[in-house]
Parts: sequence; C-alpha cells; structure tokens
Amino acid sequence: MKVSITVNGTTREDDVEPRTLLVQYVRETLGLTGTNIGCDTSSCGACSLHLNGESVKSCTVLAVQADGGSVTTIEGLAQNGEMHPMQKAFMENHGLQCGYCTPGMVMASIGLLNENPNPTEDEVRLGLEGNLCRCTGYHNIVKSVLACANATK
Amino acid sequence: MIPAPFDYKRATSAAEAISLVGQYGDDAKFLAGGHSLLPLMKLRLAQPAVLVDIARLQDLSYIRDAGDHIAIGALTRHMDVEKSPILAEHAPLLAFAASHVGDPQVRHRGTIGGSIAHADSASDLPATTLALGATYVAQGPNGTREIAATDFYTGFLESALAPDEMLTEIRVPKMNGATWGFQKFNRRAQDWAIVGVAAWKRGTESGVALVNMGSVPILATSVATAIAGGASIADASKLAAAEAEPQSDLNASAEYRVHLSQVLVRRALESSSH
Repeated sequence: MKVSITVNGTTREDDVEPRTLLVQYVRETLGLTGTNIGCDTSSCGACSLHLNGESVKSCTVLAVQADGGSVTTIEGLAQNGEMHPMQKAFMENHGLQCGYCTPGMVMASIGLLNENPNPTEDEVRLGLEGNLCRCTGYHNIVKSVLACANATK
Repeated sequence: MIPAPFDYKRATSAAEAISLVGQYGDDAKFLAGGHSLLPLMKLRLAQPAVLVDIARLQDLSYIRDAGDHIAIGALTRHMDVEKSPILAEHAPLLAFAASHVGDPQVRHRGTIGGSIAHADSASDLPATTLALGATYVAQGPNGTREIAATDFYTGFLESALAPDEMLTEIRVPKMNGATWGFQKFNRRAQDWAIVGVAAWKRGTESGVALVNMGSVPILATSVATAIAGGASIADASKLAAAEAEPQSDLNASAEYRVHLSQVLVRRALESSSH
C-alpha cells in the first residue's frame, strides 16, 4: 500500500506491506536507525518517536496508520547543527549510560514537556513510566528533564 | 516481531466499516488504536485476514454531557478521557482510571472503545465502566442497540458484540458527587493490575467492580448489597471476592488475589476522593 508520511520535515512516499511496523519503516525503509527496537512489545519505550506531535511506541503502530501524518525521530531534533535543548540537557547531566534507551527517553521527555512544561520530579518519573533504562540510570534522566524544563522556561 | 500478513482496509464511515467487516466475517477485525490487537497479532494469538481501520472516524471521538449521563465516543483516546474537564466533573473515577492505563505513549493511541471491545478482564476500563453502571452502544448492519455493561462481558476476551457490530459509544451515568476510589495493585509501573478495584459510594448506594479477578470483569454485587443493608465498609469489603473466580498465575495465587481484593475494595470505598 502507498503511504505518504512526513518524516523530520520531508514528505516520503513509499509502498509498504500493511503489516510493516512504523519502527521498521523508519529504520529499514528510511535508514533512520536512531530509533531503537528494545522489547518489541510496547513495554520498554526504546522505539518512542513522535507521531503528529505526540510520543508513541512505534513498534505498536503500523506504518499505514501513520499515512498522511507527521513523524519526528531522534534524527530530526537537531536544527542547523544545534542539538535540541533536551539532547543538550541529557548530555550535560549525563542522562545516559549505555545509551540504548536514550533516543526513546529523549523523545518521550520532549513529549512530556510539551504536555506539561513545568513538571515536578514525581510528574517526570510518572511521565516516563513507559520508558525503561536497564542501566538503572533514572536519577540523571530525571535530572536532565528537569534541567531542560528549567532552561526553557 | 511482525504480524502475519493481512489485508488492510480503511473505512471512511461507521457504516462502511461495518459493511466491510460483514463481508469478511470472522476473518476481519476492527482496528482502532491497535494497542490491544497489534500485540496479539505480533504474537500470533490473533491472525485476522483483514483489518478494517476505523481510527480516522473522527466523529466517534467525543465526550459530551448528555443530561443524566456522559456520552463518550468509542474512538476517544485514553489521554482524552484522562484530561476531559467534563469527566473530571461528572465521572472523575473514569478519568482517573484512564490515567492508569499503560503509559503516556499507550494512552496517546489506545481508545476507550477498543479497550472495552477487547473485553480483557485485566484491563482497567471494562471494570471501571462496569462499576459505574455504564451502557454501551453497538452499531450493526441493522442499526444500533444498547448493551448494559452487566450483559456485555461473556467470557475471556469475549463480549456480546456480534462480529459485524461496532462499539460506537459508552454512556456513563453522572456520579453526582459520589465518593470514589481506584486501586491498582501491580509490581512495576505500567503493568497490568494483579488486582484492581474501581468503586464509588453515595450514601448507601455503591458500585464496585474488580479487575483481573476472573475471566471477565467482576461486579462485586455482594459488597454493594451489604452496604445498602447498612454494613460497614470494613465488613462489606470482606465479601469482595464473593462473585469472583480468580486464577493463579506467575504474579499471584488465587488465594492472594482474594486477599488483595478485600483490602483494595476497602481502600477504594474508604477514599474520600480517590
């Protein structure tokens, strides 16, 4: 089936099988491998990206469901060589250890601040409940999100 | 994991969706947010030959004050239920329960109608709408009919919906100032409830339903009857599992679930807000 999806600002038209997952589409068809596949069961959040401005788990969305929509992946955050404030905050606060969960964490965190620009620490923890970090690095991840919220006030 | 191959049809109206599913019979499934169906398809626990995508039927996404009840379109997403000012005022128990479904990403996609039509006794919203005395509206090839939540859940992942009927609306009676509580016991964030309880109380009137205490969501009628008869919350809560048939699994034995249900029903009923 033909789909037309705007990915990181560029409209792409591709022929996909209906069963193609959105995460497969961005990784394999478009070669945007920044979005990771972790659990593949909508638990871990490693595949989080934005669909029409909201965080979703792209292992549980079909590419055909995103037809006509707008997708932002981790590759689409930096503008003119400048990292997104959330990426900067993760870097400055050491919000990652192995880095596998990081693209999903960053996308979920940006989604969180879009919906709640000034969250409390508890709200950050609850807002990121769909993203697992197996290095147990939550402390600095939460710190990063709060720092980004403060920096962009 | 990728689902087995299927044909994909996108409906532009409820009538078209029903007609499409009617054409393919048992081989077809409605696809809304897909957050119950797609995981099953990836695991090959469901292998529909045809998916009829209804997610774009925007006229089925709404929350309206309809006098004595709130009417919720079946395609309303959990996030919209959670954040609805109308529900916050008239059915706060449902809004709060919706905020406990999965995680934010799941709530951006999953719909109230999808969750109810999936009829999983371990899901939060089937039991919550059951506790609230909801009525569901189903549309089929010959028109619409109302199904009481009490008649809807017929077995494990089975409902009173015919294969070519689509759930279109959930009607939730206004809570009219009732106190309420929602208790979800699990070991990890975002997990399904090991046992969950949705309950409200207004004087001697009450409604209590249990999550994951049997093959269907359980209405704990013995608790409500005891409260109506003047029993204390502590005494009534001991009857929490009277209607339940809990299973043992990795997370909990049936006996432990019975114990949990009694404790959680008491906590839910004692809540002044939640």
